[in-house]
Amino acid sequence: MALENARISSAIVEANEYPDLIARYAIDAVPKIVINDRSEMLGAQPESAFVAQVVESAREAAPTPQEP
Amino acid sequence: MMLSEHDRKRVQQMLGGMVNPVRLVFFTQSLGCESCRPTRQILEALAPLSDKLSIDERNFVLDKEAVGRFGVERVPAIAVVAGEDDTGIRFYGAPAGYEFSALIDAIVAASIGQSGLSDASRTQLASVTSPVRIQVFVTPT
Repeated sequence: MALENARISSAIVEANEYPDLIARYAIDAVPKIVINDRSEMLGAQPESAFVAQVVESAREAAPTPQEP
Repeated sequence: MMLSEHDRKRVQQMLGGMVNPVRLVFFTQSLGCESCRPTRQILEALAPLSDKLSIDERNFVLDKEAVGRFGVERVPAIAVVAGEDDTGIRFYGAPAGYEFSALIDAIVAASIGQSGLSDASRTQLASVTSPVRIQVFVTPT
């Protein structure tokens, strides 16, 4: 997905090596996907569901239009 | 990491699909990083398997410019760079097991500039206009 859009970055994290991240993201099973530190998905995801969640997260991250 | 002869051939075959050069920017430090050394060993085993693959080692403590430019937060870290373009793909931790095959896949995909996603997914992703940071937590097995 990172290859498709420069605004998207993607990190694969070996969870066992970072106990602080296990605590921060409450990781008790893998794979766990965390998007923008907000939405989470647990377990391997079908491509369409994963992409939909990324697009949704981008929408949530977009600045809300200012009232005139 | 020692690659078996069988694995070495398999990886070499996969990297044979590379078209454009890919640089792995490897962030490491000498103290307080248990998995930095195994990570270097894995990358040193990988590099000779394709003349289109290079390793660019950076000191996480000293090279603040690169750390900032690639937004690297911890070590060991690998940033995947295709030609001169940062792909935004990162690997944290020693790339063994699952991470290893994901790294090989990322190298080849970055090299050919194709994500392998469906046309429908690509269209949806093209519409993204805000930053999205995906983290996928895995374990080696």
